[in-house]
Amino acid sequence: MSAFPFFKSRPLHVSMVIAWIFLSAIGGIYYYLPRYCKLPLFSNKLPRLHFWIFLVTGIAILCCYIAGKFGGRKYWEYPPILAVPIVISWLLFGFNYFKTVAKKAGEWPVYLWMWGTGILFFLFTFCESYLWLFPYFRNNIVRDITVQWKAYGALVGSWNMLVYGTAIFLMERIKGDESVARSKLSFAMYFLGLTNLLFGWAHHIYIVPAHSFIRYFAYFISMTELIILAKIIGNWKSSLTEAQKDFHLLPYKFIVASDFWIFANLTLALAISVPAINIFTHGTHITVAHAMGSMIGINTMILLASCIFLIEDIAKHEYTIGEKKAITGGFWILNFSLVIFFIALLFAGAEKGLLIIEDKLSFQEIMQHISPFLTLFTIAGFGIFTGALLVVTPSVKRISKYLRQ
Amino acid sequence: MSSITKKAIMATLFLSFIIYTSFVYTTGTANDAGENMITEQSKNGKLLFQKYNCVACHQLYGLGGYMGPDITNVISGKGKGPGYAKAFLKSGTQRMPDFHLSDNEIEELVAYLTYVDKTGVSPVKRFKINYNGTVAQN
Repeated sequence: MSAFPFFKSRPLHVSMVIAWIFLSAIGGIYYYLPRYCKLPLFSNKLPRLHFWIFLVTGIAILCCYIAGKFGGRKYWEYPPILAVPIVISWLLFGFNYFKTVAKKAGEWPVYLWMWGTGILFFLFTFCESYLWLFPYFRNNIVRDITVQWKAYGALVGSWNMLVYGTAIFLMERIKGDESVARSKLSFAMYFLGLTNLLFGWAHHIYIVPAHSFIRYFAYFISMTELIILAKIIGNWKSSLTEAQKDFHLLPYKFIVASDFWIFANLTLALAISVPAINIFTHGTHITVAHAMGSMIGINTMILLASCIFLIEDIAKHEYTIGEKKAITGGFWILNFSLVIFFIALLFAGAEKGLLIIEDKLSFQEIMQHISPFLTLFTIAGFGIFTGALLVVTPSVKRISKYLRQ
Repeated sequence: MSSITKKAIMATLFLSFIIYTSFVYTTGTANDAGENMITEQSKNGKLLFQKYNCVACHQLYGLGGYMGPDITNVISGKGKGPGYAKAFLKSGTQRMPDFHLSDNEIEELVAYLTYVDKTGVSPVKRFKINYNGTVAQN
């Protein structure tokens, strides 16, 4: 452990999670555009270049972390120079994407809007997160932290656009119903999501002494997500009937699970966006519960659905009964463990928040108080790993076999 | 939803975003105790704070890691202060690694923490909850 301490392993973990999100979401978009959207890529060479830039930069980042070479900040702790190839790779992706979809005749389905928005806002927010390189931003901590979390809030929103766009695309394909991605309601939800991406980030910085308008505005914008929550609850009955009908389809299982996690995380997000609740939860494990619930419960479920759909398509035949059993078993272990993981973090965070405000115990004593929850959280983490392993192993075997042929 | 409506909504959102971003970059974040107070030593300390990835474990304004405490007010906290911070930085603890910092680096990090300390309070322990769900710090 001393050879690989927490200050090295944490950024490594975060970078690998982000790499999983981006590689699988972007890979899906490159695959789906020509094959399902009837939009041949503007260039077939640029995705290869994109892949190699990602791979080489990723290896360089890993080497920096192992060697203890930092200099950046949360999410991007590597030396800032490595941001340059990342920006170049996204410019290539964006150029290829927009040149490709520009050929699309007629109205775009909502997922094409979402993917485009995700690319543009990733580029903007990624560059914005490096404004600290200018003394005007970094020499004023209020501006520095506010701009950092403005960028990160929208940055998470930008990769959510890529992932949720993928979810809508999959729903359209599984159901064979094009209206899913073309209805007024789907566009209304898209614009509401985009509004939250642009303006709803400040719950991260309620306690930072920035202008109070930033806090009030974010509070107001976050509450508009109640509309999304109401829509989810309103659709619950019909969704359940549909879910029961198609639940045997592997990708659909994961989409249904992501729906459940959207509900749980949105409820939590709404709660912690209320300043009176945020004051107790900020800086506690409740924030981690929200981040992990979104990353594993929503994004990973959707991207696993996408990978399973895509690999079945590449391999040209369905998974065997044995493979389906392994994936389904993994699916349940993964989700059950995630529920325990999520609840353990909520309890740990709630107790920590209350004890901090009570102000009677030291930090170490508070950590001892919450350690049973953290032990449960760790055990559930192993459960998540086991479930995920069962889910991905058949797909990895299948894709390795395909690549060997 | 017609194509014109979509484009109009997008243009409105984009324009609002530009205006709001300009506000955040200037007036919205100008009311700190900061730019005039930060010293050359604390500017270097900020870069060291990133170089050693202190935020992997510690928090400033509740943002950062969870292994160590929030250190926004470590300089003015009860029973703490510059000497307390220096002792931790000098040799680490059972949980915090010894980064083998030079005396100059320790001074610069403490200068940065001193600057941060003067800008605000975290975690907020004294506050009043208003009827609309907002919070006023006491």
